[in-house]
Amino acid sequence: MAGNDRDGGAAPVQVRGTVLTVRRVDAYVAMTVVAPAIATRFRPGQFIAIAVGGPQSGMLARRTFSVHDVRPDHGGTVEFVFLPREPGAQWLADCRSRDVLDVVGPLGRPFPVPRDAASCLLLGVGPGAAPLFALASRLAERGSETDYLLGAESADRVFGALTARRTGRSATIATADGSLGSRGSVVDMLPTVLQQARTDVIYASAPTAVLRPVCAMAGRYGIPVQALVSEPAMTCGTGLCMGCVLPAVGNDGVTRMVRACTEGPVFRGDLVRWDDVGTIPFDALGAPGWKPKPASGERTHAS
Amino acid sequence: MPADLRTRIGHLDLPSPIITASGCAGTGRELAQFTDVARIGAIITKSVTLEPKAGNPSPRMTETPSGLLSSVGLQGPGLDGFLQRDLPWLLSRGARAIVSVAGHTAREYGEIASRLSDAAGVTALEVNLGCPDAATAGRPFAHDPAAAGAVVAAVRGSARYDIPVFAKLSPDVTDIVAVARACVSAGADGLSMINTIPGMTIDPVTSRPALAGLAGGLSGPAVRPVAVRCLWLVREALPDVPLIGCGGVRTGGDALELLLAGASLVAVGTVLFHDPSACSRIQRELEEELTARGVDRVSDVIGRAHQPAGYAADRHTWV
Repeated sequence: MAGNDRDGGAAPVQVRGTVLTVRRVDAYVAMTVVAPAIATRFRPGQFIAIAVGGPQSGMLARRTFSVHDVRPDHGGTVEFVFLPREPGAQWLADCRSRDVLDVVGPLGRPFPVPRDAASCLLLGVGPGAAPLFALASRLAERGSETDYLLGAESADRVFGALTARRTGRSATIATADGSLGSRGSVVDMLPTVLQQARTDVIYASAPTAVLRPVCAMAGRYGIPVQALVSEPAMTCGTGLCMGCVLPAVGNDGVTRMVRACTEGPVFRGDLVRWDDVGTIPFDALGAPGWKPKPASGERTHAS
Repeated sequence: MPADLRTRIGHLDLPSPIITASGCAGTGRELAQFTDVARIGAIITKSVTLEPKAGNPSPRMTETPSGLLSSVGLQGPGLDGFLQRDLPWLLSRGARAIVSVAGHTAREYGEIASRLSDAAGVTALEVNLGCPDAATAGRPFAHDPAAAGAVVAAVRGSARYDIPVFAKLSPDVTDIVAVARACVSAGADGLSMINTIPGMTIDPVTSRPALAGLAGGLSGPAVRPVAVRCLWLVREALPDVPLIGCGGVRTGGDALELLLAGASLVAVGTVLFHDPSACSRIQRELEEELTARGVDRVSDVIGRAHQPAGYAADRHTWV
């Protein structure tokens, strides 16, 4: 199975982390939590799962956030970014420094990083851009060039435009209302950026509606995509609940329903069946009407 | 001295009455990252079906007040995958596996039970009666005493004699005692309750049911009083049948409540999604609760709530 035992690095830990800072960044809230055990284990693309509402909370689902950055101060801190919209995120936004949070992490499969220098395009939509900056530093260590393509509905929802312009070889921004960069979607800008940057690999973190056309277009150009999915929403983040599945093709060519939290959240873009997200494809392993092949080959492949 | 948590249920000796509920511990590997699975009383596995199952489309889960509505649809690797990968892993970690069994016909349940009996290391079987019955156009087995009894008889008949069989009951019935009696007459060694309660939420944005499977099963602290009542009723009617209590347990105090109502073992489920290390925490809290009451052994509190109110007071001690 495409488990993350090997490529996910160290096992996650559950810690009580003290809130260091909470600040507004445009429409978002950026929160820093002291969690050395998570910070040292973290690799770009991984996320954390936080219990919200206190110990007797009626909100049972953990809220999951891609890690934006880790820093070595106070033994190790973890920063993440979110929109304070739903009640759980609102509760989190109301936390103050020195409050203590129950944090699990780092979770999930991180972005694989090319061994040799490559031209990398980092594509992020809204808060999805947050995990790309830690990846950019990792890529820079390997001598890779990074170009940014960021998008959102409006200027205050574009995360990290300034950092992208400062640290990237190029930074292209697209907003739906034209309030920052060009008017339109990142998908409209993608062909131009790919040609100008001579991109070797795309790292994309966006809603499914954007990842689907990005992966389709990258497929036509023959460029590999590593896609960080943000849907379906996770309930536990740890792989226990089986709530966040999407159909993906395994190395054996068999489609399985895989968990975004455990087998992902970073998937090879060509292996996710984007058009079938939110369904059970008829040929998925164990789909209704699915029959095992008469030969025993099918089952032994699954291991 | 801390209270003794060792629990004997039928001829099974378990180190603790705290176990994990079916479908809430993944394959065990996910949980093992946060808790020593060998120190949990037992792990009730995800329901094992004969063939692999892809489950329901997403969204599969939605949060409700103090609850979780879910319709995973028994996604799993099937019996072969379970026997090849999941069961050996659990045993290699020293965990005790109570295997939950699911199917669409009594014959299917029987076949799974028989093949599980051939595998070494199955501690007990739990019959998931929440599955739709192919013979009655998808009505769950647990809704009908006769259908539930037929499945339990098939499992008891196919399972090795020394593997206890627990039947998992649904609270969504008019008379749970009738279903409980039918299962015990059909050979169930014990009963497990409760399964989730059917429920639905509508997404205000789409104006459509929030789950892809439309309805789902409600679990979490919201259902705990329902579980306590079911345990109470069945314990009153069948005082000698061992019960696994399950439903909304979040703390050691909650676990104690289910024990007092008549459960011998307490399965924790949804809380694991909120707190993956909940098993060890609840175990510790239960120990403290018992010690605070001067109880030496956990077995002393099982079904204690059924004693008349004055009983403990007259004796000036709690036991």
